[in-house]
Order: sequence, then structure tokens, then C-alpha cells
Amino acid sequence: MRSVWALAAMAALSVLTASTATLAGEPKQGGILRMYHRDSPANASILEGATYSINIPFMGVFNNLLIYDQHIAQNSPDTLRPDLAESWSWSSDNKKLTFKLRQGVKWHDGKPFTSADVKCSFDLLMGKSQQKLRQNPRKAWYSEVNEVTTNGEFEVTFDLKRPQPSLLAMLASGYTPVYPCHVSPADMRTNPIGTGPFKFVEFKANESIKLTRNPNYWKKGLPHLDGIEYTIITNRSTAILAFVAGKFDMTFPTHITIPLLKDIKSQAPNATCVVEPTNVSTNIIVNSTSAPFDNIDIRRAMALALDRKAFVDILFEGQGDIGGTMLPPPQGLWGMPKDRLETIPGYGRDINANREEARKLMQKAGYGPDKRLAVKVSTRNIAEYRDPAVILIDQLKTIYIDGELDVVETANWFPKVARKDYMLGLNLTGNAVDDPDQSFYENYACGSERNYTNYCNKEIEKLFDVQSQETDIGKRRPLVWDIDKKLQEDVARPIIFHARAGTCWHPHVKGVTIMSNSSYNGFRYEDVWLDK
Amino acid sequence: MFAYLVRRLFLMFVTLFGISIVIFFLLRIVPGNIVDILFAAAGYVDPADKANLEKELGIDRPLIVQYWHWISGFMRGDFGFSYVSEKPALQEILPRIPITAKLAGLALLFSASIGIPLGVISAVKQGTKLDYALRVVSLSGLSLPSFWLGLLILTASVAMFGQMPIFNPNPKTWLEAFATYAVPAAAVGFRSAALTMRITRSSMLEVLRQDYIRTARAKGASEAAVNYHHALKNAILPVITVIGIEAAFLIGGLIVTETVFNIPGVARFLVEAIRWRDYPIVQNLVMFIAVVVVFANFTVDMLYAVFDPRIRYTD
Repeated sequence: MRSVWALAAMAALSVLTASTATLAGEPKQGGILRMYHRDSPANASILEGATYSINIPFMGVFNNLLIYDQHIAQNSPDTLRPDLAESWSWSSDNKKLTFKLRQGVKWHDGKPFTSADVKCSFDLLMGKSQQKLRQNPRKAWYSEVNEVTTNGEFEVTFDLKRPQPSLLAMLASGYTPVYPCHVSPADMRTNPIGTGPFKFVEFKANESIKLTRNPNYWKKGLPHLDGIEYTIITNRSTAILAFVAGKFDMTFPTHITIPLLKDIKSQAPNATCVVEPTNVSTNIIVNSTSAPFDNIDIRRAMALALDRKAFVDILFEGQGDIGGTMLPPPQGLWGMPKDRLETIPGYGRDINANREEARKLMQKAGYGPDKRLAVKVSTRNIAEYRDPAVILIDQLKTIYIDGELDVVETANWFPKVARKDYMLGLNLTGNAVDDPDQSFYENYACGSERNYTNYCNKEIEKLFDVQSQETDIGKRRPLVWDIDKKLQEDVARPIIFHARAGTCWHPHVKGVTIMSNSSYNGFRYEDVWLDK
Repeated sequence: MFAYLVRRLFLMFVTLFGISIVIFFLLRIVPGNIVDILFAAAGYVDPADKANLEKELGIDRPLIVQYWHWISGFMRGDFGFSYVSEKPALQEILPRIPITAKLAGLALLFSASIGIPLGVISAVKQGTKLDYALRVVSLSGLSLPSFWLGLLILTASVAMFGQMPIFNPNPKTWLEAFATYAVPAAAVGFRSAALTMRITRSSMLEVLRQDYIRTARAKGASEAAVNYHHALKNAILPVITVIGIEAAFLIGGLIVTETVFNIPGVARFLVEAIRWRDYPIVQNLVMFIAVVVVFANFTVDMLYAVFDPRIRYTD
């Protein structure tokens, strides 16, 4: 039944897209989209990566089973579209998810795509295949999947341990392309083969990434572009100047900070610039296993001392979002409404009153103006981490905490956090999909590898499962809000703000949509075209 | 002379051996390795996955075994595979060397062709407005960091011409080809030119006060002959020494310039490789640079004998 709805939604959307295309002008074929890339990714394998530096250039090489509509900024269950799967349906007990696959699709090397490829891909992700991914950072996404079975060449079924409607969200992420069975994971790192609109041409480390049009793409008439070329420019100033000078059609997505947007707009006034949330939260990780932060009062005092608006004003000129774990509305689907958020300690508007309460808690813990608490605030040696850490240190001074900035090189950051060799840390957490399952289980579940603070609350974990199995969004949302509120009250990982960033392109670039609640899912670029 | 050459070559070999040890162990002292970085970037660690990858890359073996594996391979011309790209290290390094070599060569050429004549003029016109102006230029050359100068050039190019001289692998016109290398070479060579100019000036001033210069003038030699034939020939030795040293220092400047102008040369590649702890790339590249520097110094020493007939290398 739900597959019928998906098809109906697709048909409605096709009409909408067609009318939009007419308004914007008939797409023109040809041309190379030139972009700069902010850094040189480790390899070309999306399944092994955990950064959008890999997703952006390589998402166009692949297809997923289903995908978020590439022309609707907000990813939601309503914007899921068929991709390699023509349709999908749930069993009556919601524990089996069956996909009917598209026929006649070929891999870039000419071999046919079949259900075996889907099974191979997910066996790889679940660690069940003989071949192994060198890294498998999203194995936990499939913890509720028993197995993937094929029913003939063009049907696969995901057999689940329990209902998990959000599995569809994860399958639609840019992080979940289908890989070919006949190509090894090692080859996929250096020479990826997909079914997508663009074929991989070359990846020269620190130099460039080139994709060319797939003339046999199964969506007739697409892609419009002859190819995409990414020039790797690590120096942001050089990259932006090159964009202004017209060397590039488009900036690297969500790479432009708010202050830099003004520069671009003044130097390239015709450029279209869009600012959207990145669904990356800046948060505080607290080592609650040792003194002094094993004391809940000190943790609560710290959370009360935060002036989140000051962070947003200083770093984003007011264009950031304040919320809990989930990205706040309107872009976020699951974030708490403002009135509910402000009932959480530390989120109230009266900062002075919050800090007065914080000082009382600190005094209760034995600290005060004459006995200040000295702590090291550890963070990665990257501007996006360092800058808020400096503001945090300044704000903590108001509650008798003297912070000292401890910058850590990237190579040492995670090992340091994993061995709990820190007192207080400032961290960034990116969410691949705007879905509570991904965020809650990954960051707050007992024993999760990304639960850096080792926060463990069995009661809350039961609630994770309850919301996860709820198929009605209207009923699920209040459950998610309750969990999010509890996580903030427990000072599990205090969220300071949710960042926003800009993307710019010249007027001749058409058909680009920047996603507003994820930075990982909107880079297929199959119907982007150049009006020149 | 032969014995001197043999002794120098032996010392070069010992120096390079010492450098290989320093390179190898310094890299291991730096905290973290490629596996740490890969897993840090992914924000998770599965101890089994991590151990597998360390084993696959061979970084779980004893250091002495790793060192022998590398140095014996280096001597055989087997540079191993890049940890990051998984391509042969030589295949990654070789295409980038000509780019940096051209840039460094042009920068040195810029440095010598600007620095030496201006140094001579400044010395000959000592105390004049021209001398003061040239000294200000040389001071600014020493004071301006090359990355800042590079960014200024790029910003000015965009603001004034709407164009930007960043690297173009396939230049269509000679102007593009020139801009590809000449502008960054000038940016990085400006400091060297300033230094060369100052050394040339001071060396020339010393020589111009010598008796034989007065004698040359008394014999009716032209000013040009006195300055360039008699004085400069004798003043050039310290300048050659400085240019030789600058050739080595240039690599440091090129790292920044290649980044600012987005030139895919070895200098920038080296920094990226260090960031990733890509040992095969870093070790082999630094060793290659060491070989170049050691041979450059050797060449400079040999050039002394060519430019100064008083110098003879005896047994």
C-alpha cells in the first residue's frame, strides 16, 4: 500500500518538477561543471568514508535503492523517491521491507545490475561478507537488520529484528550507495564503478577529481552535464578568489562561512548564495568518569552558564540555530519547538538568572570566587572547533571555571577522546540523516563507539526503541522531543548551537538545491545544467 | 683532487644515511599514524578493524624491520605504495617533481637576475636616492611573508583584471603558461632576490674599496668593466653561497606558495602526506630532497673553484 503512495508522490512531483523546469527554461545539454574541492579525500569509497568530502564528488557515480528528492531542500519521509528500487513495501508486521528493483540497469563497466549487488553491498555494510571494508563507520545503522535476501534477480528483502521505519531514511542517505558485487572494496577506493549519472575518470590526490557523463544512464536524457571537475584547493582564500574570478561555476557546498559570504556578494554580486543549516551541532563532551565532572552539579552549572545566542551572534552573525540534539525546526523535522526548548535549564532567555543558579551549584560543589576550578578545554586544531572553544572558555569564567585551551591535532583527537584523556572537550557532531535513530543510537546509546562521553541511561535507551518502532510520525515526534529534553537535562552532551553555512554559484548554473537538514544527501547533480 | 672527491662522496653517503635515520624516526615520534587519522576522521574505532589495517600497511612490525624494509627498497628504487592513494609512491611523486623544479628554478633565476644587478647598482650608487630606494625594496622583500605576498597578488589580479593566475595544467596561450609559473616564482623568489641583492651590495662595497679596483680605474678601464668584470667577479663568491643555501630554503617557501597558488607540486604534496602520516611518501620525498640538497652543496663547492682561481682542492 505504501509503495502506491510512493509512486503517487513521485507522479505528483514529476508534474511539479516539470512545471518548475519549464519556468526555469528548458535544460541545456553539455558543459562541464567546475567546482573546487575543500580538501583531498582519503579515497573514493563512500561506504568507507565519514566525511562529505567523499560524498560530494562521488555521489553522482552511484545510485541508492531510494534517494531523497534532489530538488526539495528538506529531507523527510515524504521526499523519499525510488532510485534503483522501483518501489518498496512493508510486511504487515513491519519487519520485512521488500524492494522491487529496476531492470535493465548496467554498471559503468557494462555488467548488469541485479539483486545480488544489493545483497553484497549490505552484507559488506553488516560485516557479513568475505570481503571486508577497510573501515565501516556506519555498521551500527543496520544493527536491526537480520539479513538481506534476494527473491530472484530483481527483488530484495530486508529482514528486521523489529520494526524500524527509519531504515528507509538511512537507505536514502548519500552514504548508502549500492556497490557492485564484482568489484573489490579496494578497487572501489581507487576506481569506483557505479550505476550513476557520472562515470569516474580520475582522482589525483591534492589535485583534481574528474567525472564524465554516463551515456548509458538508465534515466533517459540525464545527466545534462558532460562532466564535473573538482579542483582541490585547500586554501579557502584562493578558492573563493578563484570562484569570484570565474574559474569555478560553484563553490564547494556549505563551505562558505557567514562572514565570507559578504565578501563574495560584494565581489560577485550576480552570484546566487544560499545559507542552510548543515545539521552539524557544536557540543560539549564531558569526561564524567573522573573528577571534577563526575559531579552532576558541576556539569549542570556548566550547561547553565552557556549563552548560546552569543555563540551564534559572534560566529554566525546571528544566522545559527539553537536547539537540542535534533536540528531545530523549521528546517529540522524532529527538533523541539522553541517554547518546549526554553523549559530546559540553560535554554531560558535570562542568562544572568541562569548563571546565578550555576554559581550556586558551583558553590555547592566547593568552588567560588576564591577557589576557582581550573580545567583544560580540549578541541581539534581546526577553526570550526577552536573558535567556539575560546568563547566557551570565556563564558565559563562567569561561574568560577578557568579554562585553558588545549588544541589537539586531528590524528590525536579521537584516540585522546576514546581513552578519556580529557576533562572538557568541544566537539562537532554531524548527522547524515535528519532522523532520531541515527542520532540517538550513534551518540547516546550505551556502548556505542561514537558515544564519546560513555553516557549510559538504560531508561532512555528503552525510549529510543519505543520511538524507533513508531510508524506514525505524529506520534513519534513528541516521543523524540521528550528524549531530547531528557538528554539535555542529563547534560549528556550539551548542545551549544547548530551551524549554518553558505554555498554560492554563478547565475548560469541551474538546478542546484542545497539540502536544509543534511549535508550528505544532495549531490547527485544528474539534472544540474549550465545555461551558457 | 680525486682523493678530495672520493672523500666528499663518502661523506655525502654518510650524511644521507644519517638523514634517513632522522627522517624515519622523527616521523614515528610524531603522535598518530595513518590508521589513527582514518579512524579519527570516521569518528569511531573498532579495535579489530584498526589492527587489520595496521597489519595490512605493515606499521605493526618492529621499527627496525620497517626501517630496513624502507631503506633497502629505496636503494633498489622500490618506493613502496602510498598509504592514502594506494598507488605506487614513485607514481605519485614523479609527476610532481618537474612542477616544483620549474618553479624553484624560475624562482632562483628571478632571485639571481633581479638580485645581483640591483645589488651591483645599489653598491655602485651608494648613498644616492636610488640606493635608498633599492634598500627599501630589499627590506620589504625580506619582511613580506611569501604567502601574504601571494595572496596580495591573487587579490590584486582578481580586482584589477578579473583573472587569477592559479595553476593551469594545460595552458592555451604563452601568457597562461607564463602566469602559471612566473607569478608564483616571483612571489616566492622575491625574498631570495632581496637577500641576494643585499649580499651582492655588501660584497661589492667591500671589493670596490680594494686597491686593484683603483688600479683598474687608473689604467682607464670603463666603469662597466670595473664593476662587472673586476669587482663582481670577485664579489660573487658569497652570493653563490647564499644562492646555494637559498635553494634549500626555497622548499619551505614553495610549500606555502604552492598552496596559495594551488600548484600541484611536491612541496604541497609533502605537507599533505605529513598530515596523513603517509610514511612511504614522506620518507621517500624527504630523502629525495636531501639528496638534491646534498648534491647542490657539493656543486656549489665545486663552483667555487671555477669562479675563484685561487681555490684549489688538493689531496
